[in-house]
Amino acid sequence: MAGSDLVMYENEFVKIDEELQKLHQQANANVVFLVDKNGQLIASAGETHNIDTTSLASLTAGNIAATGGIARLLGEKEFTILFHEGEKDNIHISLIGQRVILVVIFDQRSSLGLVRLRVKKASEVLTKIFDEITSKSEKDKSEGKSVESPFAEISDEDIDNLFR
Amino acid sequence: MSFINYSSREINCKIVYYGPGLCGKTTNLQYIYKKTNPEQKGKLISLATETERTLFFDFLPLALGDIRGFKVRFHLYTVPGQVFYAASRKLILKGVDGVVFVADSQIERMEANIESFEDLKINLAEQGYALEKLPFAIQYNKRDLPNVAPLDEMNKILNGSSVQWFEAVAPAGVGVFETLKSVAKQVLLELKKHY
Ligand SMILES: Nc1nc2c(ncn2[C@@H]2O[C@H](COP(=O)(O)OP(=O)(O)O)[C@@H](O)[C@H]2O)c(=O)[nH]1
Ligand SMILES: [Mg+2]
Repeated sequence: MAGSDLVMYENEFVKIDEELQKLHQQANANVVFLVDKNGQLIASAGETHNIDTTSLASLTAGNIAATGGIARLLGEKEFTILFHEGEKDNIHISLIGQRVILVVIFDQRSSLGLVRLRVKKASEVLTKIFDEITSKSEKDKSEGKSVESPFAEISDEDIDNLFR
Repeated sequence: MSFINYSSREINCKIVYYGPGLCGKTTNLQYIYKKTNPEQKGKLISLATETERTLFFDFLPLALGDIRGFKVRFHLYTVPGQVFYAASRKLILKGVDGVVFVADSQIERMEANIESFEDLKINLAEQGYALEKLPFAIQYNKRDLPNVAPLDEMNKILNGSSVQWFEAVAPAGVGVFETLKSVAKQVLLELKKHY
């Protein structure tokens, strides 16, 4: 199967969360979130309660995928940064290590320059964390280890219950 | 490519509805949306043209419930069927965990079904997937129309590897949840194999 599943454990999740909180503060952003390239929300920080983060995640990934398609048509590898400017809010989207997408939403309390700077710093840290996650799950796989897997025990009944 | 988060105890899986233009993919999602409790679903997002033909994709996040303390979420996507949206279809297949092929049962759409089915296999192969190895179900939609092909003929043409198939009338909901359930179940059993 192409690519591998993304498995996130408590330890790394806490680190990612911390980094997002930090970015949210230092960039004076409204909201910061991290999405995997398939459109699934990984983590977020800031005022997320009035935002439909699930939809935002899916559309952001679609956006990155579409611009990636355009890039290849033009012979570019990928556009690593996208920026959309609105009347009030702006959105800064960047690719981290080919695998995840970092989204920062900000208004006039911040600036593109500040966001860029802070995103760059956060990207370096996040890239390292995701490298750790990848090497960890590869190691787990090669050792045939499945840590207290909740799925080993899945029964037909469990699945049927989902559709009641 | 599912996303398993041990920290927030969530599993996210991606299911793509594939098929020729106007076979009823968007209608499947609309019916599922209509029949799901508000707390279980997110917004149904359709990136459509003014004539309501899917332009990029439809997207419906579903949180069906818990398994062993993990919240199970399915993200349902449809692809645009028209031939000229080939590039978009490829993008949407990225990271797919399960596929539903919706076929249009009308005799005059058989050519379009075959073409779309071949297109699916090619696009999956480009991403390193083989259809035979993916959770997969087929839906024969529009069974309410008068000019439909017989089921055994459709199976012969589209279902060589005998995967689970369902008759459907998507606007009325016939076969819609049965199809979803079949592929969802296969996706979860696949997780069981790997983790
Ligand atoms: N009679 C009938 N019409 C259907 C059925 N399923 C979908 N349609 C209609 O076919 C048209 C195209 O459906 P749509 O879901 O937009 O197709 P998509 O291009 O695959 O997304 C719409 O007018 C639907 O109402 C069905 O089972 N029976
Ligand atoms: Mg459609």
